[in-house]
Amino acid sequence: MRVFFNLSFLLLVTIIIVSCGGSGKKPANTTGDEPKSMIPDTETYDPNRGTGKFTAENVTLGAIDAAMASAGEDISKTKCQSCHKLTDEKLVGPGWKGVTTRRTAHWIMNFITNPDPMIDKDPALQAQLELCLVRMPNQNLNDEDARKVVEFMRQNDNQ
Amino acid sequence: MYYQQQHTRQLYTIVFVITLLSITSCKPKNVANAISGDAAAKTYVAPGSHDEFYNFVSGGFSGQMSVYGLPSGRLLRVIPVFSVDPEKGWGYSEETKPMLNTSHGFVPWDDLHHTELSQTKGEINGKWVFANANNTPRLARVDLKTFRTAEIIELPNSGGNHSSPFGTENSEYIVAGTRFSVPADGAGGDVPIGSYKENFKGHISFVSVDQNSGEMNIAFQLKTPGVNFDLARCGRAKSHGWFFFSCYNTEQANTLLEVNASQKDKDFIMAVNWKKAEEYIKAGKGQKMDVRYAHNKYDEATHTATSEIETEVLVLDVAELKDICYFIPCPKSPHGCDVDPTGEYIVGSGKLAALIPVFSFDKLQKAIADKAFDGEFEGIPIIKYEAALHGEVKKPGLGPLHTEFDGKGNAYTSFFVSSEVVKWNIKDLTVIDRAPTFYSVGHLCIPGGNTTKPTPKYLIAYNKITKDRYLPTGPELAQSAQLYDISGDKMQLILDFPTIGEPHYAQAALASIIENNGQIKIFKIEDNKHPYVTKSEGDSKVVREGNKIHVYMSSIRSHFSPDNIEGVRMGDEVYFHVTNLEQDWDVPHGFAVKGADNAELLIMPGETQTLKWVPDRVGIFPMYCTDFCSALHQEMQGYVRVSPAGSNVPLTFSLGKNSTTPK
Repeated sequence: MRVFFNLSFLLLVTIIIVSCGGSGKKPANTTGDEPKSMIPDTETYDPNRGTGKFTAENVTLGAIDAAMASAGEDISKTKCQSCHKLTDEKLVGPGWKGVTTRRTAHWIMNFITNPDPMIDKDPALQAQLELCLVRMPNQNLNDEDARKVVEFMRQNDNQ
Repeated sequence: MYYQQQHTRQLYTIVFVITLLSITSCKPKNVANAISGDAAAKTYVAPGSHDEFYNFVSGGFSGQMSVYGLPSGRLLRVIPVFSVDPEKGWGYSEETKPMLNTSHGFVPWDDLHHTELSQTKGEINGKWVFANANNTPRLARVDLKTFRTAEIIELPNSGGNHSSPFGTENSEYIVAGTRFSVPADGAGGDVPIGSYKENFKGHISFVSVDQNSGEMNIAFQLKTPGVNFDLARCGRAKSHGWFFFSCYNTEQANTLLEVNASQKDKDFIMAVNWKKAEEYIKAGKGQKMDVRYAHNKYDEATHTATSEIETEVLVLDVAELKDICYFIPCPKSPHGCDVDPTGEYIVGSGKLAALIPVFSFDKLQKAIADKAFDGEFEGIPIIKYEAALHGEVKKPGLGPLHTEFDGKGNAYTSFFVSSEVVKWNIKDLTVIDRAPTFYSVGHLCIPGGNTTKPTPKYLIAYNKITKDRYLPTGPELAQSAQLYDISGDKMQLILDFPTIGEPHYAQAALASIIENNGQIKIFKIEDNKHPYVTKSEGDSKVVREGNKIHVYMSSIRSHFSPDNIEGVRMGDEVYFHVTNLEQDWDVPHGFAVKGADNAELLIMPGETQTLKWVPDRVGIFPMYCTDFCSALHQEMQGYVRVSPAGSNVPLTFSLGKNSTTPK
């Protein structure tokens, strides 16, 4: 009897909830988003290239173009150097010294122009974020600007 | 057994009670929640999803404009227009102070009643939204790429700019009709108040709008008999070239208007042939009058506003220059004066009347051609009422105020006294549906409801009285707006939402028209032409010019440069020119300094804004970023040292130079 009572009660409550919950159709614009894991999805990610439009094929390097590097330096003063030193000393983000030996030019250009998706996926950037705690902002550099900044980085590295 | 029976009885009782509960909980308890079950689904916009419409709502005595999403009723933005807004530094930063300048000097508050979205060929084009200042007469233009006030122009010869900012079908003109007739500006205004009939005149400004830049200029003013102008609508389609203004107080009372302006059986709707006015201007008619009014513009390149005082306006006297204006008699102090999407029907809403007269544009034209006049009012012909009348909606409700249209041949009129919205057919003038409002509705809005192409999915009622609609919050309650689904034959109330200030008129547009207009997400730092911009940390500096100290400061996640400043002395005026070097959407930085007697700055990416600070005592003053910008936001801070007047502490500034040996 006790069991019967409890079961009936449960059934009733269920009926009430269902009857008041309405039989209306689901709103059309639910997102269905699942909570995202903190662990980056690295399956499809190429850590040597990054995510973006630049590849080893479409970014080619020659001898350092001084005019281009100089333009890159000007851009970096406004958009980069508030957080990055030209030495290997960390300010907000890591210092630039040696970056072109650690990273390919096209990876750097992808990161500059497309930082948020790369921070979400790249294990090395995730590790860096734990040190710096500030996500590198998207400073809205266009393709040419990014290329010029890389040229300046190469010059800074005496390559 | 007994035990079992006892339990069975108990069980039945519980079942009965619960069944009762379930029935009553699903049923409406009273009229306040007499809404059908699918209302929640109709207004539900899932987290992360966008609304279908923008709703630009006047903020009334807040002086601001609020932007809501529909159908959710979510508040998206409050745009500061005529009142200072310390949250955004509006009217406090050196750059925005000129926007609130007038011929009376800096005016920190006004009363914003109506909004008007710019149009092309009678349809909303998503470029600008205009607003009126009701107290110190002004017009404002808000740029819908930035959602910021871009321009404010003052209106001379006016008192209470209520009949505004209604526009023509290509926004050629935005009109501004004076509520209070007053003597023209200048020394001649020193007259006895009792000489109203002799000396008080109405002035209606036609403000031209440059279709590319949006810049406003007062093209001309019409000088009219002294009455109160209330609301207005342009002719559209077939009636393009005409404008219609409701007028009350044709009794020309100057005291106790509540009684004295309600004497006559009929007041007027003034029909204005503005194309005719343009002809007179081309022919060199009209008189240039000496006046003074402020014209304020915000420059997005210098991030700075300028205010100029203009000194001349062209005035056309409509008593002398015939065929510009005609008066159509309209019962009982007309308030709303609304033109249907075809441009044929003009709906007058006498706020003390128990009927709604609908006038016909074709009949009006014929009446003018036939000179079907019933005398004159101060030199303006009065059209015979029946000659222009299409018909009357009989006994629609009490106290009609405003009418919007669905483009399907129906009109929706608000009734303040009987607190309801009434849907009626324009052609046969029959009432189709009525819905109660909670309580005492003022204006109505249908998206595009004043255009040639309404999007009649929703109707919003902006109510004057809230009472028990929300949890009590002391003597004052947020004004309530109510959303009705009007897609079917019957209006269906689906949402209440609270508003800021006191909404009067509002307009709404499909979100796609606004969000695809070239929305600005950042200001490009390379395009920043502010005279005190700091484009890189290397350029940051502190410069003394006499007792003025200019701080060229940059901000980026998460530090200011410089963040240590010494050598400020008592008697100095410090100008913090803060440039936000960020170039990413939605990353403003704030700036506040202790003891500042004005407000904070809120600086958008790529922008420069200036806070003036006059230290009042010697000591160390902290400054910090007020807008949470990164995980190290709480580290975004600095110090200013203030020394006595005449101190020899040198002016220095730095970033990142920690001193271990205190001086």
